[in-house]
Amino acid sequence: MPRTDITLKSEPSWDLVIRPKTGWFDLHLSDLWRYRDLTMLFVWRDFVAQYKQTILGPLWYLIQPLFSTVVFTIIFGKVARISTDGIPPFLFYMAGVTCWSYFSECLTRTSGTFITNAGLFGKVYFPRMTVPVSTVISNILKFGIQFLFFIGFLVFFMIKGANVQPNVWMLLMPYLLLLMAGLGLGAGIIVSALTTKYRDLQFLVTFGVQLMMYATPVVYPISVVPEKYKWLALANPMAPIIEAFRYAFLGSGDLDFRCLLYSTVATLALFFVGIILFNRVEKTFMDTV
Amino acid sequence: MSDTVIQIESLSKYYRLGVVSSGTISHDLNRWWARFRGKPDPTLRVDQVEKKNKSGNSGTGNENGYDDFIWALRDINLEVRQGEVLGIIGRNGAGKSTLLKILSRVTAPTTGECRIKGRIASLLEVGTGFHPELTGRENIFLNGAILGMSKYEIRGKFDEIVAFSEVEKYIDTPVKRYSSGMYVRLAFAVAAHLEPEILVVDEVLAVGDAEFQKKCLGKMNDVATQGRTILFVSHNMGAINILCKKGVLLEGGQIAVRGSASEAISKYQTINSGSCDVDLSIVNNRIGNGYARFIKVLTRNQREEICDNFVIGDDLIFDINILCEKKIRFARMSLHIKSSDGIPIYHFHNIDAGFELTDLDGQLWIRITLKKQKIYPGEYHVNLWLGDMSYEYLDYIQNAMKFMVIEGGIVLRRPLDRNAGVVHEIPLWEKL
Repeated sequence: MPRTDITLKSEPSWDLVIRPKTGWFDLHLSDLWRYRDLTMLFVWRDFVAQYKQTILGPLWYLIQPLFSTVVFTIIFGKVARISTDGIPPFLFYMAGVTCWSYFSECLTRTSGTFITNAGLFGKVYFPRMTVPVSTVISNILKFGIQFLFFIGFLVFFMIKGANVQPNVWMLLMPYLLLLMAGLGLGAGIIVSALTTKYRDLQFLVTFGVQLMMYATPVVYPISVVPEKYKWLALANPMAPIIEAFRYAFLGSGDLDFRCLLYSTVATLALFFVGIILFNRVEKTFMDTV
Repeated sequence: MSDTVIQIESLSKYYRLGVVSSGTISHDLNRWWARFRGKPDPTLRVDQVEKKNKSGNSGTGNENGYDDFIWALRDINLEVRQGEVLGIIGRNGAGKSTLLKILSRVTAPTTGECRIKGRIASLLEVGTGFHPELTGRENIFLNGAILGMSKYEIRGKFDEIVAFSEVEKYIDTPVKRYSSGMYVRLAFAVAAHLEPEILVVDEVLAVGDAEFQKKCLGKMNDVATQGRTILFVSHNMGAINILCKKGVLLEGGQIAVRGSASEAISKYQTINSGSCDVDLSIVNNRIGNGYARFIKVLTRNQREEICDNFVIGDDLIFDINILCEKKIRFARMSLHIKSSDGIPIYHFHNIDAGFELTDLDGQLWIRITLKKQKIYPGEYHVNLWLGDMSYEYLDYIQNAMKFMVIEGGIVLRRPLDRNAGVVHEIPLWEKL
């Protein structure tokens, strides 16, 4: 396979040198910054175009988590009677669904970066990273709306006198969001880089994410996992994040800093592997896609 | 050196043919492992490794390799100076698009290097990234940003872009409601207002109506006169001729000609495609008693070069070789030219010219010359007929050969629409 590398300003008199070269760490992230306008336009395009010609428009952002939460409440709460650590099941599931849907959207949408944009990428150069980054940002907007929706229900339940204790750890929220974004983006671009050659991964991702939800404490608290398997549940870097989120806003679950640290390391690792792979692939993927 | 804006040095690119990845995961793992240890690729044969190292003159590795390679570009060296308007021509598969793709950074070369001075923008397609749900206004911003403009720049040129595209009235309508002409106009308008130092343009002028094409050419001309560099790929020799001073002819991934545009064009027309020198002795599909037979036919231009590509204004010369089995006292011969959709264009008959074919014996060559031919661009087929005094068929071959008339030539002052006519005449125009 040909390997390539594009260096800006490598010689004083040339603005751009196009050459094939092995350079794992030449990520030219400055390009990404120069194209920030494009990134923001992509964010805005995703946001505007998605709900054009729909009647409910952005209301869909609220309907999706609401319905999932209702269904989970009925099935896991009423039928299966899985413990929610004394938290009103509706709030418990909604917290999980809100976080999980952000992560899973980031992962699935960025994992198709090369395949879905092949037409565009084949015709014009811009830093390919703008696409997944814009996906993650536009999903933050969506998450923000869903998060406020969740807060609304939280306040409503508190007024009704439910047993929830939001606490000062809420301030950790931006950090948790960053972790989720990093995890979703990192895993997503790894998959996107590999799908240019191995299409199988595309199928794996769609149902893999669904299955992974059950391996993550979304519909159950980590406390119901038998002690023996707890390490396995916590090996999933999303688990500590969701637990921490629920601890901060609902006062249940456990806030374990060692686990959060582990999540941080896992996120960073995935993220960097992702960026490096992505940069390798973006130069020649047109020949293999 | 100082005013060289593009410097391409021994640039090559190969593609693998066939299925890229099925069943190759183990190959890939092997290859990664080998690379990790700094060993040569184990899935390539030794001879191929050597070929790869030489990075040139290997052609396709069909016979030897486990995989098929094709060199889309082989060892290209090219310098382009500031302000040069360079036409790049060549047959399909000659490597034009690959070269543009590498310069646009859509794909990367296998070996070699391109050095570029100044901002480069490429137009491989108009309307890249247009989103059908967004309005014209929104798409101008989106498309502009994709092409590398900042929001600020686009805002500054917005009115100009809209005016150029002539879609003011619909600027707040989603582009999916646009007619295809409006869509293309808007898309080109955005692209035309990019202001890079180097502009790389693929055959984008092939879209839109004649009026708009003229406008595009005009705009490109403006850009050229502002001292900016343009690389222009086209099959439209007329446009190349009008727009470009310099030309490059690519052939099989290599540069065949680097010189003036007209040099490149005239060389392009004489590239042998194999159909201009036809051995008719092996043709079975023929009618006639065979006392005399056509055994060969070929076409030449006014420079006596064997070719099957002509422009309007070229001489069209047919050299026909006939073999007589026995002596023919008196013969008649005709050559029939039809367009590719079967419309008869010309019927040349020796009697019309007062040319006598008498006492034929053995082998002989006949030359038919049509001075300054005027047929419209397109593909044409030739039927050959040979008869005797009583119109008995000696030999008759349908579609004995074909030739092409292509755009361009010094006679033409505008691109010709292939369907607009059959014969290109220039009558006398007068104002009374």
